[in-house]
Amino acid sequence: MSVDLIIPIIMTLIPAATPILLAAQGELVAEKSGVLNLGIEGMMLTGAVITAAVMLITGNVWLAILCAALAASTAALIFGFLTLSLSANQVATGLALTILGTGFSALFGQPFTGKAVPLFKSPFPAELAADPFWRLFFGYSPLVYFSLAMVVLIWWFLQRTRPGLILRAVGESDISAHSIGYSVIGVRYLAVAFGGAMAGIAGACYPLMLTPQWVERLTSGRGWIALALVVFAAWRPFRLLAGAYFFGLVMTLEVYAKASGGGFRILPSEAWAALPYLATILVLVLISMRRSGSTSAPACLGKPFIPAT
Amino acid sequence: MRNFNRRTALKIGGAAAALPLLGAPAFAQMDKVRAAFVLIGTPDDNGWNFGHDNGRKYMLEQLGEDKVETTVVTDVAEGPDSERVFRELAQQGHDIIFGTSYGFGTYMLRVAPEFPDTKFEWATGSEMAPNVSIYNAKFHEGRAVIGTIAGMMSQTGVGAYIGSFPIPEVFMGANAFHLAARKVNANFITKVVYVDSWFNPPKEADQARALIDQGVDVITQHTDGPAALQVAEERGIVGGFGQGADMSAFAPNAHLTSIIDIWGPYYTKAVKSVLDGNWTSGSSWEGLASGEVLIGPYNPKIPADVVAAAEAVRLGIIDGSIHPFAGPIVDTAGNVRAAEGDIVDDGEFWANEAWYAEGMEV
Repeated sequence: MSVDLIIPIIMTLIPAATPILLAAQGELVAEKSGVLNLGIEGMMLTGAVITAAVMLITGNVWLAILCAALAASTAALIFGFLTLSLSANQVATGLALTILGTGFSALFGQPFTGKAVPLFKSPFPAELAADPFWRLFFGYSPLVYFSLAMVVLIWWFLQRTRPGLILRAVGESDISAHSIGYSVIGVRYLAVAFGGAMAGIAGACYPLMLTPQWVERLTSGRGWIALALVVFAAWRPFRLLAGAYFFGLVMTLEVYAKASGGGFRILPSEAWAALPYLATILVLVLISMRRSGSTSAPACLGKPFIPAT
Repeated sequence: MRNFNRRTALKIGGAAAALPLLGAPAFAQMDKVRAAFVLIGTPDDNGWNFGHDNGRKYMLEQLGEDKVETTVVTDVAEGPDSERVFRELAQQGHDIIFGTSYGFGTYMLRVAPEFPDTKFEWATGSEMAPNVSIYNAKFHEGRAVIGTIAGMMSQTGVGAYIGSFPIPEVFMGANAFHLAARKVNANFITKVVYVDSWFNPPKEADQARALIDQGVDVITQHTDGPAALQVAEERGIVGGFGQGADMSAFAPNAHLTSIIDIWGPYYTKAVKSVLDGNWTSGSSWEGLASGEVLIGPYNPKIPADVVAAAEAVRLGIIDGSIHPFAGPIVDTAGNVRAAEGDIVDDGEFWANEAWYAEGMEV
């Protein structure tokens, strides 16, 4: 591996990590409010197909992203209605949402297959975006910068604002939050809707940035990595960023190692493919070894809240 | 056409299992044939599965809906679960079942003895049974044509072959591509990579990015979709090739030409032989000459002398004057695979471990 490959590797890993980061950010907020939504993959596929459809019909990228966020958010609200209002099991309902999203996107997407979607490219002038060095900072799709801004925004919201405090209170002790007058269900609905919107935007990254087309199962299971990432990051926004880029690095090193033909092909291809999963296990072991209050899951995660009237 | 997914097949399979088997005795003419197609992906992949589904539609057109009824099961993984799908389709009374991926073979061969009256057809297969035929197309002949174009057009002299798994049809295609490119550029290098999937667009795309960043300027892929080709378009490299179907809609500049699979005539022949009651187990492996493999339109940006050279290879393979694996061939370990004037027989790839010709980086 030569030094001049470092920039290309970073240029590949950051876009690859971005949808995972976006989806995980949404999931983090939902989980902080106490809701475990396993439907990320389904919501991402919904976002991806809507993005491709709106892009192919109108060509307006902002409208496409907005529609993707709204559609995935709507899917999340179906999940919210079942789990929050009807107190259905969150794990089962989340899995059902993934199946629904996969099926919906396949059906809805049929007229949009076989066409190339225009790329959502760097907003910076070509001298910066295509410069061999400066592209490292300016060469990405706006979706990448959005995901980075959201890291700070979500951290600030959760740690520094009153609504963020209420959201965390709802996730840590729903009964306490309820007894002092906060709407547990209302807060959770908002968190779930936000999680859906972020998953929808994560899905939009595929047709707009990574694989500019629509085809069934376009996201290829990467929503599940986002889910693992939230645990991996111990529900902390900045660790989420580090974790997403770490996953991105491992995935990217695999393809670069395979392409090098020699040099850093120190591992067989199967071992490279297994590396992200081995890394996950390792990190989870490390996290559980040094357990402190702040690294553990929200206390009410996955539990339905049925207010005693 | 009735379109099933695995789940509905499961439900229907449960009901149909209760019905008596409707298998017809051998060598009897039939009024109507029920044919099933098991696909690893979906027909909208614009590649491999698209090609098979087009073949099915062609067959329906040729024989007529009153003579044949088809069932398509999509998204069947190459694994133990496919055995259940084949068993259920046979139990439902399908007369002929096409398994359209190499990885289905183990399971078809396991189910076939239980249903001696049902005909099984294994695409790209390697082993026959009394009621299991294998059929394949000589895609590697098409690979020799595109290899010629790659060798002449590449500026860096480095091409890439993005494969799915190291199975015979894939590594023989890679060898054919590389050997043809070496004939026109003696120093051509082909990087062969496997992405461990037939269909994973984000990974195929990232693999293409990694290859281009390491000097590759011509990419050909042996997976089921156009993701790598789109990256070629985005990066503005010399180009790539469509696999299974014309993919020029995805990459108008980068798409140099394509290898198109034409399964229709084979499907028509196979189903007709069931109708006529004279189906027998066999092996079909046709290529450019009989039209199972076509080369799509050439991109107008390809210089005329390159088109001429590619056409010469195509016509040479058709008339038999050119063989994709004509010697001398030396592999990466230095073994002589074919001496000057000799050829490596196509079947040899199915009988041996994977090997790669000199100049390929795996």
